[in-house]
Amino acid sequence: MDLTKDYKMNNSDLQNLIGSWFPNPEADKVSEIITNSQTEEGSEENTEVQEPINPSLLEFTEESSEFLNITVQPEQLHSLMSQLKNNDKTSFDYLYCLTGMDWGVELGVIYHLESIDLLHNIVVKVKSADRENPTLDSVYDIWRTAEFHEMEVFDFFGIKFNNHPNLKRLFLTPDWDGYPLRKDYVDDANMVVK
Amino acid sequence: MEKIVSNNFKTEEYFVNMGPQHPAAHGVLRLLLTIDGEIIKNVEPDLGYIHRSIEKMCERDSYQQIVHLTDRMDYLSSHINNEAVCLTVEKALEIEVPERVKVIRTIISELTRIASHCLWWGVMGMDVGALTTYFYGFRDREMINDIFEETCGARLTMNYNIPGGLMFDIHPNFVKRTKDFITHFKTKLPEYDRLLTGNIIFQKRTKGVGVLTKEDAISFGTSGPVARGSGFASDVRKRHPYSAYDRVEFKEALFTEGDSFARYQVRIMEMWEAMSIIEQLIDTIPEGDIKTPTKAVIKLPKGEYYQRVETARGELGVYINSSGTKNPYRLKFRSPGFSNLSVLDHITKGSKIGDLVATMASFDFVIPDIDR
Repeated sequence: MDLTKDYKMNNSDLQNLIGSWFPNPEADKVSEIITNSQTEEGSEENTEVQEPINPSLLEFTEESSEFLNITVQPEQLHSLMSQLKNNDKTSFDYLYCLTGMDWGVELGVIYHLESIDLLHNIVVKVKSADRENPTLDSVYDIWRTAEFHEMEVFDFFGIKFNNHPNLKRLFLTPDWDGYPLRKDYVDDANMVVK
Repeated sequence: MEKIVSNNFKTEEYFVNMGPQHPAAHGVLRLLLTIDGEIIKNVEPDLGYIHRSIEKMCERDSYQQIVHLTDRMDYLSSHINNEAVCLTVEKALEIEVPERVKVIRTIISELTRIASHCLWWGVMGMDVGALTTYFYGFRDREMINDIFEETCGARLTMNYNIPGGLMFDIHPNFVKRTKDFITHFKTKLPEYDRLLTGNIIFQKRTKGVGVLTKEDAISFGTSGPVARGSGFASDVRKRHPYSAYDRVEFKEALFTEGDSFARYQVRIMEMWEAMSIIEQLIDTIPEGDIKTPTKAVIKLPKGEYYQRVETARGELGVYINSSGTKNPYRLKFRSPGFSNLSVLDHITKGSKIGDLVATMASFDFVIPDIDR
C-alpha cells in the first residue's frame, strides 16, 4: 500500500498531465492559471471557478469538490476516457459512479473514476446543449459497468449513447412518456410538488 | 400418410421468464432468459417493479427527510445507508461529529452487517436445497434485531442516524446485550461451517460456478463480497476509512477463486471480522454528546459532495449536488446491487439454469437497492 502511494498524483499533477494530452495553442495562459489554482489532494477549500479559455478545450475546476473536475466536449469524451484508462500514470480502471445530470440548460453525464492501484480519483463531466436529441459517446467499451448505468441515464434523462449495445428503458415501461429526472418533467399523477 | 422422420434431435432456443415472482429471486426481479435446453444463452434483467424514483423524491425533500428514504433501498443495511447520507451532509457542512457517535455508528454498522449476512446465509442454503439453514440464520438475526429494537425503536428501518449525530443515546442494556450476542454467535458461527460450508452437496453446487475474474470484477464496477471473492480488494472501510474504521484492526476478507463458494467464504469471514471490530470498540465507547447541533433547516453550501460507505452488499456512494438551498439540486445513489447485477449475464452465459440460482444466491441481491 505504501509503495503505491508514491505514485499517487495530486490534483495539480493530474491536471498537468491530462492537459498535456490535448495541446493548447494558448499554453502559456493555461499554465499560468494552473499554478494559481494548485491545491493539495484531499483539501476541500474552495478555489475560484475558472473561466473556459477556449470552448473546444478541456476545462479544469475544483468547484467546492474534493476531486479534480474536468469538463470535456462531447467530441473529445471517448478519446479522453480511453487515455485516462490506458495511460500507466493515470490508470483509472474503476468507474464507480456514473450520474446523469440536468443543469437546467444542458444535459450531461458525470463520471467518477478511481485508480485501484494508484488510489487517485477524478471527475469527468460532459455536457450537451441539445435538449431535444442529446447524444453522447458510450464508454461501455472502456468500462463494462457503463452499459447498465448508461441505460439508466437514457431512461431518466433521455440522453442517447452512440455505440451502446442495448439502449432501452431499464426501470420504466417502454411506453413511458418523458424523462422523469429532467427538471422540466411534469407528472400530475405521480409527482407531489411541495 | 407421410411420416416425418428426423435423425438429428433438433434443439431450439427458448425464451423463459424467471420472475418477477420467483421463489429463488428474493424479490421482484424479472430475468428474461434465452435458453437452449438447460444451457443459458442470454440473461437480461428487467427492472423497475419496485422503482419509486427515490432520487427524484430527494430533490423535493429536506436533508433530514432524505435519511428516512434510504432505509427503503437496501433494507438489510438500513443503518449503513442512513450513515452514508449523514456523512455526506456532515462533510458538506464541515462539522465533526463527537467520538461517541463515530464509535456507536461503527458498532451498529457491523451488527447490521452480521444480521444481513445471517439472512443471506439462510437463504443461500435454502436456494441450493438446505432448508435448515434458513431457521438457523433467522434465529441469530433475531437477537440482533432485538438489540436494534431496544436502542433504535425499530427492527428494520432504523433511522438511528441524523445529520450531525444520533437520534438518541444507546439503551442502557445495549453494551451487555451486544456482548451476550457476540458470546452466543461465536459458538454458532462454527456451527454454520459444520452444517453447510463443509457439506459436499453444497460445495459441488457452488465450487467453480459463476466464476468472475478480477479484471471483469473491476471493469464491471462490482464491489463488496462479489468483488472480494474475485481478489479485488474493494473494501471502502480499508480504502477510504470513515467513522471509527481507522482505529480498528481487521482483515479484509479476500479470496481469489471468483466462484460462488469464494463469495460465500468472504461473507463468513466478514462475520468473524465484524465480531472482532465490535469487540475492539464495545468496551471503550467514549463518553460525550450524541450529536453536534445543526440548524433546523439544513442548507448545504453550493458545491458537489461525494461519500462512499461499505454496506453489506458493497460500495454505496452518495453524490449530492447542492445549489445552496434546503433541497439537493441532484442526488444520486450509486447502489452496490445495480453494478453487481450488470455482471450476471457475463458470468452465467453457457451455464445451467440451476447454476444461475446458485450464482444469484451468492450475489445476495436486494431488489429495492437495485430499483431505488
